[in-house]
Amino acid sequence: MRVSLKWLADYVDVTLSPEELAHKLTMAGMESAAIENIGGDWDSELITVGNVLDVQPHPDADRLVLATVDHGGTEPQTVVCGAPNVEAGQRIAFARAGAKLIDGRSGERAVLKPAKIRGVESAGMVCSGKELGLSSDHEGILVLAADAPVGTALSTYLGDAVLDLDLTPNRPDWMSMLGIAREVAALTGATVREPQHTYDDQADENVPAVVAVEIADPDLCSRYVATVVEGVTLGPSPQWLQERVTAGGMRPINNVVDITNYVMMELGQPLHAFDFSAVQDAKIVVRRAREGEKLTTLDGEERTLTKDMLVIADAKKPVALAGVMGGADSEITEQTTTILLESATFHPGCIRRTAAALRSRTEASARFEKGLSPELAVIAAQRATKLLVELAGGRALHGYVDSYPAPAEEVRIDLTRRRLEQVLGIDLPTSKVRAALTSLGFSVRWSPPELYEVRVPYWRTDVRISDDLAEEVARVIGYDQIPTTNLSGALPSVAAQPLRNLRESLRDACAAAGMQEVITYSLTTQELLARVLPEDEMAARPPLKVAHTVSSEYEYLRPTLWASVLRTAAANLRRHDGELALFEAARVYLPPPRERLEAGELPDEREHVVGVVTGQREDRWGRASDEAVDFFDAKGYVDAALAAVGLTPALSQAERFALLPGRTGAVSVDGRDVGVIGQVHPAVAAQFDIDQDVYVFELVVDELLEVAAGDRVYESDFRYPPVVQDLALVVDRDLPADQVRSAIEQHKLVRAARIFDVYEGEGIADGKKSLALSVTYQAPDRTLTLEEVAKAQDSLLKRLAKEFSAELRA
Amino acid sequence: MRGPMADQQTGTEVDIEAIAATARAGLAAADDEAALESWRVAQLGRKGVLTSVLRQLAGLPIEERRRIGAEANALKTELEAALESRRLSLAGERLAATVAGGQVDVTLPGRTKRVGRLHPITQTLREMTDIFVSMGFAVTEGPEVETDYYNFGALLIAPDHPARDMQDTLYIDYQRDGAYPFMLRTHTSPNQVRFMEQHQPPIRVVVPGRCYRNEATDPTHEWMITQIELLAVDEGISLADLKGTLFEFAKRMFGQERKVRFRCDYFPYVEPGVDMSIDCFLCGGEGCRMCHNEGWIEIMGAGMVHPQILTNMGYDAERVTGFAAGIGAERVCLLRNGIEDIRSFYQNDLRFLEQF
Repeated sequence: MRVSLKWLADYVDVTLSPEELAHKLTMAGMESAAIENIGGDWDSELITVGNVLDVQPHPDADRLVLATVDHGGTEPQTVVCGAPNVEAGQRIAFARAGAKLIDGRSGERAVLKPAKIRGVESAGMVCSGKELGLSSDHEGILVLAADAPVGTALSTYLGDAVLDLDLTPNRPDWMSMLGIAREVAALTGATVREPQHTYDDQADENVPAVVAVEIADPDLCSRYVATVVEGVTLGPSPQWLQERVTAGGMRPINNVVDITNYVMMELGQPLHAFDFSAVQDAKIVVRRAREGEKLTTLDGEERTLTKDMLVIADAKKPVALAGVMGGADSEITEQTTTILLESATFHPGCIRRTAAALRSRTEASARFEKGLSPELAVIAAQRATKLLVELAGGRALHGYVDSYPAPAEEVRIDLTRRRLEQVLGIDLPTSKVRAALTSLGFSVRWSPPELYEVRVPYWRTDVRISDDLAEEVARVIGYDQIPTTNLSGALPSVAAQPLRNLRESLRDACAAAGMQEVITYSLTTQELLARVLPEDEMAARPPLKVAHTVSSEYEYLRPTLWASVLRTAAANLRRHDGELALFEAARVYLPPPRERLEAGELPDEREHVVGVVTGQREDRWGRASDEAVDFFDAKGYVDAALAAVGLTPALSQAERFALLPGRTGAVSVDGRDVGVIGQVHPAVAAQFDIDQDVYVFELVVDELLEVAAGDRVYESDFRYPPVVQDLALVVDRDLPADQVRSAIEQHKLVRAARIFDVYEGEGIADGKKSLALSVTYQAPDRTLTLEEVAKAQDSLLKRLAKEFSAELRA
Repeated sequence: MRGPMADQQTGTEVDIEAIAATARAGLAAADDEAALESWRVAQLGRKGVLTSVLRQLAGLPIEERRRIGAEANALKTELEAALESRRLSLAGERLAATVAGGQVDVTLPGRTKRVGRLHPITQTLREMTDIFVSMGFAVTEGPEVETDYYNFGALLIAPDHPARDMQDTLYIDYQRDGAYPFMLRTHTSPNQVRFMEQHQPPIRVVVPGRCYRNEATDPTHEWMITQIELLAVDEGISLADLKGTLFEFAKRMFGQERKVRFRCDYFPYVEPGVDMSIDCFLCGGEGCRMCHNEGWIEIMGAGMVHPQILTNMGYDAERVTGFAAGIGAERVCLLRNGIEDIRSFYQNDLRFLEQF
């Protein structure tokens, strides 16, 4: 909300600078986002209020005039002026040579210099709004109010500081100048001047005698107050009122509308003025709209209403959409003579829903939806009626209609000194507490030794419990006065977080193995997902979509990380040499079947670690070599990551969508499927604009957790020396080498077997390959003799021959 | 040494002097480890010259035996010492030769080992978490897709509450009774409720995780953010404890020099409410584009847990109180590292990531 400090001065004396005031308000919960200094750069000597004494034609130019201006100096000054609207008798803003102004044409700041314009000497200027930096208007000069004091510095007369406040949604009272003034008064020790709301009712008739108000749905309207003003004359508002309305960020329209807007901005209560002659049978009914009922609102739109919206109706039809916007038919026009003024309290939620449904959030609805006090309705009705009488030439009827089916009770809170200390952590002196609350308008009775009996002022609809009062006390004395203490008390017991721990260990291990971590957005596009997920799977379990997204790029909750990481790799490849190895550890969201959504179940969120490896291996100098990374580079990262958490993966040939057949392996641990490694199919890689071999791996942390090693148990079987022997075996080319290796490891005297070479070609029969293995024999309880080792190898070879037709290489 | 001695069994004389001379010459001639070893075997080994001399002593008269024995033992000691010193001097010579011929250029680049790094947000989040863990907080996590109840309702943000505007929500596109029952969590605060439902005070827990807002981005606003939720519930917890805890966090995270602003703010689920900000790194508090001319960058919302929520959890809100805070890791990281655009984090440009 924009708060003009000049306007604010109507209600409270501000002695602080705008910056100091902004700081105080910010600290107390009303964040001041910016301060606009109007006229701060106007030279108070050189730019003053002037009076145009005379206007004469320029002797040498048709479109220029010579204006003689009294600017408060010793002598009037005559200057050349090109504005069409300059007239004798006007009060204007006059700048003398030397003043800094904004050039009307270029928009640049420049010093005004004396000049000869078409032969006439001119050492000053009658200013436009643009030249002063007030508006973009450069068509004519800025005309001031007729009573503007000649010779006064323009900065004094027109200057202002406007605070732009970010208000919190709990404080409808802050959406008013008076509310801000109350806050300023409390924080600076000043006193609030409440605006006058009494007036002379010159007409004899009573309002209740001429208008009937019925609240048909009291759950949505707790109070409806109406006054009637006869004989109003529609016209422009006086200058001061127009300035206020403009300062509040609204556009002046006519005196009646300006008054309702002004009072709304002043007191926070939205008002509506009806042309009373358009109200059928002089009857107001506040009721729910009928389903499908139509109403053309002030903005000319025909609205179709629903039964959960509230309308103001006359005897026949709706005349306004309660709390949101008036109807076109009962709008104030030039012909209007009698006004029915509405000041009501509507249900906040209903107004919010209606405004949202009709996409029509207004200044009025923004206030109603935060919950206004019913007390305010009467005060605002009277304040506006008073102004209608004074500024629109009307006569107010006697009294007002007040339909208030269930009057609210004053809110009283018993605040104990103990609770205050319990919440704030400081035992404040009674006098401080009372002063803080009283300054905000609370009435406080202290009954020793413990109790503050607090009565909440009507405008504080947000204060209902003791802790609300604790906050009020704290923010008035200042949060900086709250001490800083450390938590004491018992430490709670801590439950283990095995999934989180495992994921973080894998994250560390991937980075330690040389991969760079990335974090990509959880939302993506259907098109990207379709590159890596098969069509039937996308159709059977469509990824969850979000409604009304920020961008169509972020619309679907990803059930896989592949697309995101591949895209990140592609984006980096353009400027990267050598090996590129990226990984992300994040959640994927598995869409639940519809019936589970309907049962209120959340989607399954699973923790995945996905890596992408591509590019050229690096040489001794860290440069890209001409050797591309291959499947085993990717597998190496998986091996390293799993080794770090004590697991050994087993791979088996597999086929997966988006991966190249023959270069894809399923990863398992202890027989449980935990992931996949593979080369991205070149056709899929091409969709990501990757035209080189690229490998991807995926580990499902939730699955790994099922097989995760517990605490590792130390084995003390290193006492007896191992015997290491190499073995070269010839087997079928297609036999997975690891099957041979793990078969060897099953022998009870073999501690470990390791593959260290694979050879095909000369010396090896077609369709065969030679596997070189290094076998470590060791027994836990004795030193093995060479004879024992030879015997073990013999039996191994027999078994391998039987199982795999493996032969010892000659 | 005396004169030659008659060998009782073989009749040959034992000439210690001659043995010594031969041995000394042999040692001086041995110029590598293998030669030294064979010299040792020949002179001092089990079948070596000196050993056989000592063996022969048995057949000599007692006097002779003593004399020759003493001489032979003295020689043995001398030769052993000479061997050791010869070994050392040979090793020294070898090393000198190596140094002379094998000098490396220490300024050449090391043999590159690939260095992987964690994303700056991971690093920041861990550092933040560790600070709270050191203060006795446990770590837990919660779902990113939430129900209306946990994200809003249980936090006292009813469907028509104007506070719903404070966080624009990404709803899951699934409607029931005209409403969206599921959404991407807008904050980590649902976990306050989730945790309290399952535990009794005393509670001290932090909940890190991703959150989502349906809003336009700018240098300090990103639609996907990482928060860490802080919750402590116990008897005797006050706003002063919250302030102490958060100031300690700020001190450890940002150092003593940075300014901290601790001001009143409003969130429906806390009372009193707090906003904590750090002075802008770019302008030092003067006001700039980065901090929207405010001089401060907000890193968290906090406050005392609303007593209604404690009551709803079945706690005695007159006895126990609590505090909560939601801290943004991206903001913390950009403040610490002088990053001028929060959107850099999830663009994942390696030139950016490799600096952390």
